[in-house]
Amino acid sequence: MALTGLDIYKLLPKTNCKDCGFATCLAFAMALAQKKASLDKCPHVSAQAKEALESASQPPIKLVTIGSGENKLEMGNETVMYRHEQKFYHPAGIGILIDDTLTEAELADRVAKINALSFERVGQKIAPDLLCIRNSSHDKNQFSRVVRQVASSSQMNLALYSNDAAAITEAIKACTGRRPLIIGAEAGRLDAFVKLAKENNAPLAVSCANLEEAAQLTDRIKKSGVEEIVINLGREGLARHIQDFTFARRTALKKSFRPLGYPIMAFTGTDGADLELAEAITYVMKYTSLIMVKCVEKDFMLPLLVARQDIYADPQKPVQVEPKIYEVGKVTKDSPVAVTTNFSITYFTVAGEIEASKVPTYIVCCDSEGMSVLTAWAAEKFTAEKIADTLKKSGIETMVAHKRVIIPGYVSVLSGKLEEVSGWKVSVGPREASGIPVFLRNWK
Amino acid sequence: MGIELVKEKYSGGINTVEIGKAGRGPVKIGGETTLPFLFEEGQMPHPPIAGLEVFDCEPVDWPEPLKKAWGDSLKDPVKWAQRCVSEFGAKILCVRMQSIHPDWGGRPSDEAVATLKAMAQAVKVPLVVLGCGDDDKDNEALPKASQALKGENCLFGIATQDNYKTLTATCLADGHSIIADSPIDINIAKQLNILISDMGFDPKRIAMHPTTASLGYGMEYVYSIMERARLAAFIGDKMLSMPLALFVGQEAWKVKEAKELGEKQGVNWETATSVAMLQAGADLLVVRHPETARLVTKYIDMIMRKR
Repeated sequence: MALTGLDIYKLLPKTNCKDCGFATCLAFAMALAQKKASLDKCPHVSAQAKEALESASQPPIKLVTIGSGENKLEMGNETVMYRHEQKFYHPAGIGILIDDTLTEAELADRVAKINALSFERVGQKIAPDLLCIRNSSHDKNQFSRVVRQVASSSQMNLALYSNDAAAITEAIKACTGRRPLIIGAEAGRLDAFVKLAKENNAPLAVSCANLEEAAQLTDRIKKSGVEEIVINLGREGLARHIQDFTFARRTALKKSFRPLGYPIMAFTGTDGADLELAEAITYVMKYTSLIMVKCVEKDFMLPLLVARQDIYADPQKPVQVEPKIYEVGKVTKDSPVAVTTNFSITYFTVAGEIEASKVPTYIVCCDSEGMSVLTAWAAEKFTAEKIADTLKKSGIETMVAHKRVIIPGYVSVLSGKLEEVSGWKVSVGPREASGIPVFLRNWK
Repeated sequence: MGIELVKEKYSGGINTVEIGKAGRGPVKIGGETTLPFLFEEGQMPHPPIAGLEVFDCEPVDWPEPLKKAWGDSLKDPVKWAQRCVSEFGAKILCVRMQSIHPDWGGRPSDEAVATLKAMAQAVKVPLVVLGCGDDDKDNEALPKASQALKGENCLFGIATQDNYKTLTATCLADGHSIIADSPIDINIAKQLNILISDMGFDPKRIAMHPTTASLGYGMEYVYSIMERARLAAFIGDKMLSMPLALFVGQEAWKVKEAKELGEKQGVNWETATSVAMLQAGADLLVVRHPETARLVTKYIDMIMRKR
């Protein structure tokens, strides 16, 4: 939690010596709180105060980065418990588990399948983020071979998972510049893994039985010089996990308790294959920064990725659809033309009802900056001029043999003006989308 | 290192609504004193429940995967209802009186009520009974349906801000609970609960429908409204302390993703939406595919084991 000016003031010498260039210590504290000055301007500040201030300026949940370049996966830096309070910042990473016991052909097949798991939705590309290679063979050479094959056949981020630090030391040579996540550190063998993470400047996941142990181990790792840590809690079942994840997030945020202020990861598979999707969705909803799954089917990955897209959407910024002409059903030059806004929910609701009506219809979405009909109207983003302009520029005039347009019932006041500026004849549709089917069936 | 985890303790809680009676369930929903599945912070005395939805006529507009799953029983509402219970173990059934809708042939309400009664007699589980969504037809048929099921302690819906009086009065007279609907709006939700209560209806017999949206089609708006309603209830807002009912099947099977790529993706879409809603605090889910009902029930069992 960021400190207020007054919190900072309490830590300053309170001598008003002006050496920092500010008239008083309080003024300096206020400037610090607003990040307009830096603490090194004060030559008299105590080491203790310095440490307190520096740690308070850190985000409560550490930012951890796997990989590099455009596709890097950033986790952490979250600031709230509930998305309606602000938003969730870094979408949960979706990783796919690959065992090094696969044959070369099986491996190639799995990687090819994974590489095809990319989808486009509401203008965003969505895809899994990471491949996690697990040293199930307990054979160093085999692990290296598989890591090499995966690293060369996929551009995705990587995680190397072995209980044997020496196996990773070897395998990580195939990951130059990829900055993989190292998984496998636990209480009994922390030092070798810390050394490995340091040497390779890689983030380190630490396995812990419970939150108590997690706090101890992250503290030890941090003191040994590795900053980017991911917490991997034991395989204790879903209900236990989401409780722990909730308590960890809350304790990190509310008490600025650093040892739990790290991204948390989870592996699915505690409760059988048919519940893997349900389990993974639960993790997406509840504070997990990296989720390792096994299934590579499209009908599994798409709903998972969409759930993540939903939950990490910024509640302040409405999801928009592209403002353009949409065709619902087999439209002809005689089909009705309806206008609405480009708020995604508005569009989807209208499109759904039109589909239900079975009357092929053109929807012309105006750019309302993602506002719903009434909001956009009130904000003057959905005016007669704007609709007229959209009708003209969209090219709908060339697609239909009539000039009659349907507008939402809530903006019936626009009819006169719209007819005047657009030259289209306006009919007023229903106020609620649920009235669309009946309306369209009677449209002539 | 001793750590003190921050755990919440709330003063308020969610009402418990009982549906059914001896010999027909009953099941209880609600009663939570914590956000979903945080057993160390409070109680979740009644597990959430996933019920199956049946129409009182053939659901001609249902997508292929659903039609395939149910086969010919879709043509016979009574048989369909029986299969839900005997074959798929449904603990609660949601009957939608779709046949009275003007677009669905507008069957006379007396005939529709006769079918409803036959369905109710054929199964011994608690019932959720919904109208068709057309206010005029619903206001005509639902009072008759309510009377026909008098004393069965059903959950009737759906009351909206613009149309709640008829349904409230009839549920009051015949001893049913009621579903109050609001368009992803916590203020309207509260307002409608107050309006219904003002008619002398016990607020502890109301379930809220905060609107259902499918995964990928606004689900997150509903998710956040549910969380907000819950948090308000926990700090003592009695007019938001109602259990939450979600009609997931109706929304999930509308979207294109549920209909492409085969049956499994549709089931996954419905299941994923259900799980998200459970994590936001849903108490009653109504789904359409029997495999979804099985998966969601299994998931609830698993997570309620508190492991």
